[in-house]
Amino acid sequence: MDSLWSGYVIPGLLILAQILAVLLPVMIAVAFVVYFERKVLAWMALRRGPNIVGPWGLMQSFADFLKVFLKETIIPTGANKVVFLAAPLVTFILSMVAWAVIPFGPGLVVADINVGILFLFAISSLGVYGIIMAGWASNSRYPFLGALRSSAQMVSYEVSMGFVIVTVLLCVGSLNLSAIVEAQRGLWFAIPLFPMFVIFFISALAETNRHPFDLPEAESELVAGYMVEYSSVPFVLFFLGEYANMMLMSAMTAVLFLGGWLPPLDIAPFNWIPGPIWLTAKIVLLLFVFIWVRATFPRYRYDQLMRLGWKVFLPASLLWVVITAGALVAFDWFPK
Amino acid sequence: MVLQEITFYLFSAIIVASGVMVIAARNPVHSVLFLILAFFNAAGLFILVGAEFLAMIMVIVYVGAVAVLFLFVVMMLDINYVELRQGFLNYLPIGALIGFILLVELVFVLGTRFATPETVGATGAPIPPLSEMTNTEALGQVLYTRYIYLFQASGMVLLVAMIGAIVLTLRERGGVRRQSIARQVARRRDEAVEVRKVTPGSGI
Repeated sequence: MDSLWSGYVIPGLLILAQILAVLLPVMIAVAFVVYFERKVLAWMALRRGPNIVGPWGLMQSFADFLKVFLKETIIPTGANKVVFLAAPLVTFILSMVAWAVIPFGPGLVVADINVGILFLFAISSLGVYGIIMAGWASNSRYPFLGALRSSAQMVSYEVSMGFVIVTVLLCVGSLNLSAIVEAQRGLWFAIPLFPMFVIFFISALAETNRHPFDLPEAESELVAGYMVEYSSVPFVLFFLGEYANMMLMSAMTAVLFLGGWLPPLDIAPFNWIPGPIWLTAKIVLLLFVFIWVRATFPRYRYDQLMRLGWKVFLPASLLWVVITAGALVAFDWFPK
Repeated sequence: MVLQEITFYLFSAIIVASGVMVIAARNPVHSVLFLILAFFNAAGLFILVGAEFLAMIMVIVYVGAVAVLFLFVVMMLDINYVELRQGFLNYLPIGALIGFILLVELVFVLGTRFATPETVGATGAPIPPLSEMTNTEALGQVLYTRYIYLFQASGMVLLVAMIGAIVLTLRERGGVRRQSIARQVARRRDEAVEVRKVTPGSGI
């Protein structure tokens, strides 16, 4: 009985507490990311943005969530019910699961696993299932077209993302995310691997179906793509999942290229600030770029999107893998 | 230990059940979804034995890439499910035969393990204990150091197969207006615009 208590119950509760400590801030942050997006877009369009609910409109997202929660859940008659309801759950759960391996500071990580970066890559490549299942199960044309576009798009951009990750791994010599961050002490990978950083960020845009690659939900042609038939709670799950994925991709970019929790310079005023705050600052910066891109660029045409993925990014990232590996061998810079 | 056993039986039970559902489900899309569930739980089993790298690769390659393409194709098929079932009895003997051969092979593999336990460690590359080396490194040692030529050769085979598949399916359709970005960029002003003096009352 004693071993049951100390062997299972207490570690179990501890793990549960850690998970909540990561997920609750993430979920609350999602609400503010939505607000942030609306506000930034408004400023860029010389509007005011949400400013009624709460001080400076800060509570706007919560009001919106409450409103959507109170709506009726509509399941279309022709829909495949189980898959239809499983799809938003898949999107939401996957966007939450991946936070387990993100290191917020030295040792501040729920699961410090050896293959952390592969785990992140695996989870992000699974994100397509939520969309493809939603599109198919809705049994309707627009969602189906959205799902087809999305699956082709996400699979294409994953390939170049994989190569970008390989270049970073060559410079680190470990798949562990904490080791990747530690390897950037002194010099962030965004500087020596700048082209890879740009490719990774643009692929992240495509991977999260964000502008200018938001063809799966292009409202002018597909209404709202795979989300057309969703309402109420399933819709909220999609929405939360999508924004959590945006934050996740920003966190991934920050960890891989912007030194994760590390300060930009390891000198006095910078290293007084704790690591989690640095990571948050970098995530916010990248989220701002996500929104900035949305406000600036028109949507890509589908063939242009495919061309960019397969004919530009894939050869470029492949070339950089070769160059990086060559440089590491030539100057004997391999991490020991 | 108890927890590990419970997890093992849970994963295995789900694999077997979803494996059955893959062939029993009426709807091909459901079959693919059950296949994905089976892949996932297989990855779980890999993690249980400490093969974390294989587990992640399993998820990335099979679930993230292969199954997406399956689903992509199966979703677009317009099949009459009843018609699909009708050939079942015709294919039963050959299916059973293949299943039987696989079973016999599995029995052989397991049989050597029990009959002559000393051969088990001796045939492959030596596996370092988990505490000394992460299994990413161990796999790298085996694939890229010990069997580098075989590995490269298999890579070549796959490359040839890939190029073959592309060549076989590539067809040029006439009458399609494709965007040629190089041509657009290379265009000069004097090719695009021509300035002519037009005298009033006469056209061009």
